[in-house]
Amino acid sequence: MASSYHLNGVEAWDGCTASAHALRQAQVDVVAAYPITPSTPIIQNYGSFKDNGYIDGEFVLVESEHAAMSACVGAAAAGGRVSTATSSQGFALMVEVLYQASGMRLPIVLNVANRALASPLNIHCDHSDMYLGRDSGWISLCTCNPQEVYDFTLMAFKLAEHTGVRVPVMVHQDGFLSSHTVQNVRPLADHVAYKFVGDYVGVHPMLDFDKPVSYGAQAEEEWHFEHKAKLHHAIMESSAVLEEIFNDFAKLTGRQYNILETFNMEDAEVAIFALGTTWESAIVAAKKAREKGIKAGVVTTHLLRPFPFVALGEVFKKTKAVAIMDKSSPSGAMGALFNEVAASLYQVQGSRHPVLSNYIYGLGGRDLTQTDLDRIFEDLSQDAQKGALTHPTQQFIGLNGPELSYF
Amino acid sequence: MKNWQEFEAGAVLFPFEKQGQEELGKHNNERTYTTNSSFTASVANWRVEKPVHNKEVCINCFNCWVYCPDASILSREGKMSGIDYEHCKGCGVCVDVCPTNPKSLLMFDNLESEQEALAKWPQKAEGLKKKSYRTEGGYNGF
Repeated sequence: MASSYHLNGVEAWDGCTASAHALRQAQVDVVAAYPITPSTPIIQNYGSFKDNGYIDGEFVLVESEHAAMSACVGAAAAGGRVSTATSSQGFALMVEVLYQASGMRLPIVLNVANRALASPLNIHCDHSDMYLGRDSGWISLCTCNPQEVYDFTLMAFKLAEHTGVRVPVMVHQDGFLSSHTVQNVRPLADHVAYKFVGDYVGVHPMLDFDKPVSYGAQAEEEWHFEHKAKLHHAIMESSAVLEEIFNDFAKLTGRQYNILETFNMEDAEVAIFALGTTWESAIVAAKKAREKGIKAGVVTTHLLRPFPFVALGEVFKKTKAVAIMDKSSPSGAMGALFNEVAASLYQVQGSRHPVLSNYIYGLGGRDLTQTDLDRIFEDLSQDAQKGALTHPTQQFIGLNGPELSYF
Repeated sequence: MKNWQEFEAGAVLFPFEKQGQEELGKHNNERTYTTNSSFTASVANWRVEKPVHNKEVCINCFNCWVYCPDASILSREGKMSGIDYEHCKGCGVCVDVCPTNPKSLLMFDNLESEQEALAKWPQKAEGLKKKSYRTEGGYNGF
């Protein structure tokens, strides 16, 4: 039996430590991992917990991230609670197996400390890896700080394993900006956290010898479509389950999360929409913009997949101008978030269809400064007054050299 | 035709309706398989050549049974009892690993009857050392 870990009411943890403790408290049966920066400390801490007797489950060291996710698929099909962590190139190597996991409906939880993709090689944060996993059939949860990393990792197990969901879940945190930034985190006691997550409930475990089961069958044009449709349906329905989990979590901790988090949106005329740690930076800038008379607001989503189209359409219904920030190279299109937000405006009746612009920022960990955010709110204010764009739709900000913009 | 709601989540398949362990204790031809299992479905339509087993020569060493990638070598009571032509793909591994002289398994055209094949069986090849035809795998009787 695993020893319980003495935790203080408030701990000074970075995002990786927060993840590792959440995995420990969920008493995962199998973690198979191949550490990669900046997610390494999740696995490193988990390994020390294991060796110091705080974990009963298996810890499998494998030869690559492809093998890590493959071992996770095997262990989850066998019938256990399973988790791993990765970043960037490691995530890219896992991609093939991510589709296997979701197609087989195995409720694996994957912590991703977001990092840029080579080339050129770069260890710092952007959302390239998060975007790479967008269509893999996993639910994607986004977090803004170490407290959220901890909370969402616990909630991720509950969501993934819910009998009405059974879809694997990724929990994203910004590499270094969240994964290595120490902040106050309020953890639950071990037994409280475990009780919240609950015992693992197996669905068609391979180790049930009375009901042998085949995983990974081939289904050609006659049936492949139906299985993918069924997965899509489960993902779409999962947001209602997540809201229930948010409410249960609030009862336990007093921390009430929402799929969309909004700051000062009640009367906002202009708004920034961004993921991860940029949410908090944008709030600082929005407060400053309010002092200058700009009615500024900020919106983020905790849920990248399924994307909350209708809720987002409602939030921006009366907004006059919205900046959508993408921290990944769009490589020949508008940023992915821009496309999603633009589509969401057509999902609700009576939208004023705000003027939309797309800011590409922070690639490879380039700092996003308050000056950059101030300028965005200035741009938006001009757009709102004119009722039309006063600058190109897509702009690269914080880029050295001549301005780069399109449309 | 099943609709998308009727499938089991995760595209999983169940070979038995119930009592799997009990079923697994029986010989496969005595089990009650579901249609999810490929036991009753032929997956050998693309075979061009088939192995034929000659029980007069066979020494029941079970090399073929060990090496067959599709579990298509049939056996009962410690003796080889033929080939499962519903699942054999005709890869020829069984012939390659057969250590007897002449071989106890040989490849024939898929359309050739077992009787005709057995009538054509070659004689023992003289002057072949056991070691050479085992390790080089070159002797196939034709």
